[in-house]
Amino acid sequence: MGKVIVVTSGKGGVGKTTSSAALGAALAHDGAKVVVVDFDVGLRNLDLIMGAERRVVYDLVNVIQGEAKLTQALIRDKRLETLYLLPASQTRDKDNLTAEGVEKVINALKSVFDWVICDSPAGIERGATLAMRHADIAIVVTNPEVSSVRDSDRIIGLLDSKTVKAESGERMEKHLLLTRYDPARAERGDMLKVDDVLEILSIPLLGIIPESMDVLRASNLGTPVTLADQRSVPSVAYFQAARRLNGEDIPMIIPGEKRGFFGKMFGRKAA
Amino acid sequence: MNLRRLFSRSRSAPAARDRLQLLLAHERAAVGGSDLLAKLRDEILGAIAKHVQIDGDKVSIKMERGAQVSTLAVDIEIPFEAAKKAA
Ligand SMILES: Nc1ncnc2c1ncn2[C@@H]1O[C@H](COP(=O)(O)OP(=O)(O)O)[C@@H](O)[C@H]1O
Ligand SMILES: [Mg+2]
Repeated sequence: MGKVIVVTSGKGGVGKTTSSAALGAALAHDGAKVVVVDFDVGLRNLDLIMGAERRVVYDLVNVIQGEAKLTQALIRDKRLETLYLLPASQTRDKDNLTAEGVEKVINALKSVFDWVICDSPAGIERGATLAMRHADIAIVVTNPEVSSVRDSDRIIGLLDSKTVKAESGERMEKHLLLTRYDPARAERGDMLKVDDVLEILSIPLLGIIPESMDVLRASNLGTPVTLADQRSVPSVAYFQAARRLNGEDIPMIIPGEKRGFFGKMFGRKAA
Repeated sequence: MNLRRLFSRSRSAPAARDRLQLLLAHERAAVGGSDLLAKLRDEILGAIAKHVQIDGDKVSIKMERGAQVSTLAVDIEIPFEAAKKAA
């Protein structure tokens, strides 16, 4: 049985979709069978970030409404054989997502894939609550910035009350993914520190992804950043986060800290 | 920062613009109800369903929306029994 991950945040624009694609591709690159599911009905973007936008035949709503089979809606990645996308509907309303329908789809995916990664829409409404409903693991994507941290706290509350896991008295495994981290601003002291965010939210840290041109470039090209340039700083950070998900113990590096001479000179541009 | 990497990389914004123009042209057509590819897909499946009862899992459909040409591939497994009966 595969594991279900929800990538969530409350706030929009923090990097959920970027992270869903990057982590999904990293896990698949390391050999796992992965499906990333877009729950952002009406505003789908995961297809664009994965470069599959021209190949969408059916979507999640079609499957839930019985208009297409799950196998017909899944799109296989052109670069990685074990990476699949289940797109959201662009034209249908999110009320078409039913709790029973979502449960069926997730259960079917779980029996085939090692990882089912649910890219949550922003907000705390139906789309977001359905995306987290059947998760085994939650990745809370947070920017080091006051409103994002506050929204993450709200989402953590929902994860601990409104999910199947929580309702059955089990503990939801939660991880913090700190994204769009700017080493230069951190150095100036104008950004919340990693330790501050960790102390406030008190969930374990999965990774720190720096603010980076490489992310923008990868999304322009429709390539998950972990497949675009595997040596880029954000790519390495995502690969390490993926390995931590697999239980590996990898030391955490805070971007911009403990840099050598060359790191100081060139590090900022690289990030 | 690897200098060779810096200079060998072409700018990505033109690719983003091209991808968006193509995608939006198709999406606007879809919203206007004139998504030919989806219409053909549904009518082809409907025509086949008139003759044989087919399992949805045995029908694979692939699309690729292009600027000049789009492609639609419908791949159906028709059981021998069904083919015999229909004949
Ligand atoms: N590490 C990063 N560095 C630079 N830009 C980023 C980074 N992560 C995300 N972005 C950008 O932020 C914007 C929102 O990201 P996205 O993944 O769509 O967020 P969400 O899904 O949470 O709304 C996008 O333009 C994306 O390219
Ligand atoms: Mg998103």
